[in-house]
Amino acid sequence: MAEVITHETEHHHYEPGHEKTLGAKIARWVFTTNHKDIGTLYLWLSFLMFFVAGGMALLIRTELFMPGARFISPEFFNQMTTMHGLIMVFGVVMPALTGLANWQIPLMIGAPDMALPRLNNWSFWLLPFAFLLLISTFFIEGPAPNFGWTFYAPLSTQYGPPSTDFMIFAIHLMGLSSIMGAINIIATIINMRAPGMSYMKMPVFAWSWFITAFLLLGIMPVLAGCVTMMLTDRHFGTSFFNAAGGGDPLLFQHLFWFFGHPEVYVLILPAFGIISEILPTFSRKKIFGYRFMVYAIVVIAVLSYVVWAHHMFTTGIPLASELFFMYATMIIAVPTGVKVFNWTATMFKGSLSFETPMLFAIGFLFMFTFGGFSGLMLAIVPADVQYQDSYFVVAHFHYVLMSGSVYAIMAAIYYWLPKWCGYMYCEKLGKWHFWLTTLGMNITFFVMHFLGLAGMPRRIPDYPLQFEDFNRIATIGAFILGFSQLIFLYNVIKTIRGKNRVKASAEVWEGHHGLEWTVASPAPYHTFSTPPKID
Amino acid sequence: MNNQPIDYAARQRKIRRLAMLLGLAAFGMLGFGYLLVPIYNVMCKAFGINGKTNEQPIAYNAADPVDKSRWVTIEFVTSRNNQMPWEFNPLVKKIRVHPGEINRIAFYAKNDSDHEMMVQAIPSVTPGLAAKHLKKTECFCFTQQSLKAGESMDMPVLFHIDRDLPKEVNEMTLSYTMFDITHMKHKKNANAGKIS
Repeated sequence: MAEVITHETEHHHYEPGHEKTLGAKIARWVFTTNHKDIGTLYLWLSFLMFFVAGGMALLIRTELFMPGARFISPEFFNQMTTMHGLIMVFGVVMPALTGLANWQIPLMIGAPDMALPRLNNWSFWLLPFAFLLLISTFFIEGPAPNFGWTFYAPLSTQYGPPSTDFMIFAIHLMGLSSIMGAINIIATIINMRAPGMSYMKMPVFAWSWFITAFLLLGIMPVLAGCVTMMLTDRHFGTSFFNAAGGGDPLLFQHLFWFFGHPEVYVLILPAFGIISEILPTFSRKKIFGYRFMVYAIVVIAVLSYVVWAHHMFTTGIPLASELFFMYATMIIAVPTGVKVFNWTATMFKGSLSFETPMLFAIGFLFMFTFGGFSGLMLAIVPADVQYQDSYFVVAHFHYVLMSGSVYAIMAAIYYWLPKWCGYMYCEKLGKWHFWLTTLGMNITFFVMHFLGLAGMPRRIPDYPLQFEDFNRIATIGAFILGFSQLIFLYNVIKTIRGKNRVKASAEVWEGHHGLEWTVASPAPYHTFSTPPKID
Repeated sequence: MNNQPIDYAARQRKIRRLAMLLGLAAFGMLGFGYLLVPIYNVMCKAFGINGKTNEQPIAYNAADPVDKSRWVTIEFVTSRNNQMPWEFNPLVKKIRVHPGEINRIAFYAKNDSDHEMMVQAIPSVTPGLAAKHLKKTECFCFTQQSLKAGESMDMPVLFHIDRDLPKEVNEMTLSYTMFDITHMKHKKNANAGKIS
């Protein structure tokens, strides 16, 4: 697809690695406008938050190991479920995907950097403060946010602890960061493509982020408005969600899910993009049905705006709306099915090899589809009346988020890490990581389907005796899942430090495709200062 | 290397303009988020889908015929928000009425706390789609009520069921939730007439 690229440029460019003092080393990262530096920052923030929120998950599972246990208090349990959800969504998956976008989109479309490098710096550096604000709620008087990650009114307005205001401002900062990131990605893709890189030549990953950025632009401001209404309800006497003042708590759910449902596609569309890069590489084939992969992403994004009330089937909305939202939701299975079949067709008759990124991608394909099916079950109104707020829902969204988004992110890190740091990761450890994660993941979440069908509600710190066996199994699985991530951390650090001693070639993978493999490994600090030639 | 060199200055201008435009779009979506509030209220009112009843009195015309052929059972339910220290009960729990006839019922309220309190009752009707057919001529929920410590009163509701009530509805529940608004900054009457 592309020819050789030169890195020599007329101007003198800043090169990192020569800073003498600690101050200069820190300043390099604080003031950086380089898309690779910022991508790295995003990814490390995400990695750190992954362990923070993962630790919370282990506390939750420990409490649920047996009924009646009082490992942590029920009040603290509620704070754990709330913060685990908030941090995993806003602090792990979103920053990781944005980090990947920062690293890869300019490399994939032949751009020297993002279109708005300073804005890029700002979008990242808002995030650490947002999470400091959010996590500081554990250390101030009164409980941390404890009403679930969906912070429904009036739980979060009339009854929310004082720390709720910290959460509101943290969400404002995250929203601002996401909006600026989205603007940057759209501006980059529209204006910075190398000559000859037409839209329909763009890698699917770039396409998926292009669409996702528009989703973000459409929903993050609505969430910002929604939390601002919470803030004014709490302190300035408005009654958006307060029935006593003429408002309506149900309105909160409409506003929240108007954001919330497209949000889940923000979490999964870039993951689709990643899988669409990895499967062709390790199948040594071109992706099957490129055009349809792109169209499917667009269709999913459009549909995601008109399905939000399927989160509210039991709130007493009229039958006609229930029917509309049920059918609209089920229609999403069509473009998603197109993607799943095209991925399968990409692998069909390919010469497959099973390196770690491919394992994670195949794991994604199986388990995400599985999570999609339980999603279809939840979409059916009469069934949802039974399943809603049960562990079945917990099982469903962990299958699509953990073995969906998070698997794709891990696959992406193994896939591109040699390009980023110039060394191969340890394949043996990668395989251990994959198999232990998959084992832990399924032991933890598969049994939750049964718990949900048997009637165990979500977000409870204690449960009746009959649920004990499955809860024990889930807790054991959670610990396998949690601790196997240390292998991942170790492998990544070892690779970055070059301890594996296996240098990566520029192409890295035999079945490579795309511009990012035409630059040297590790990718030089400045790439494509002169645009590459595209056939 | 390329036939046409990139015009970097022009590209920078384009990026700048696009970023501004997208920024404006984000602000637009923030506005849209707020616009969803009146849209929601108007939709609920227009389709009568939220179980809300009229907030302004609707006059009863005694000349309108009564549909003697139908009976509708109406149950009354009360609850107190946040377990506030009041007694609040319907004097009759259930009545049978003909569509079109005027009915007078009352609710008993007593302030069991040791200080004067101001309250606002919020009505809701199930099934929600029948709510717009329950028309109130007089209701204690149109205004706020205030009782001194230990005081009590009977609060009247005057309503009729209109004759357009769908055939399949034979039972309705009218529920009131009482909210303590003693310390609320902006009381509901301050924005009386507002659609909701």
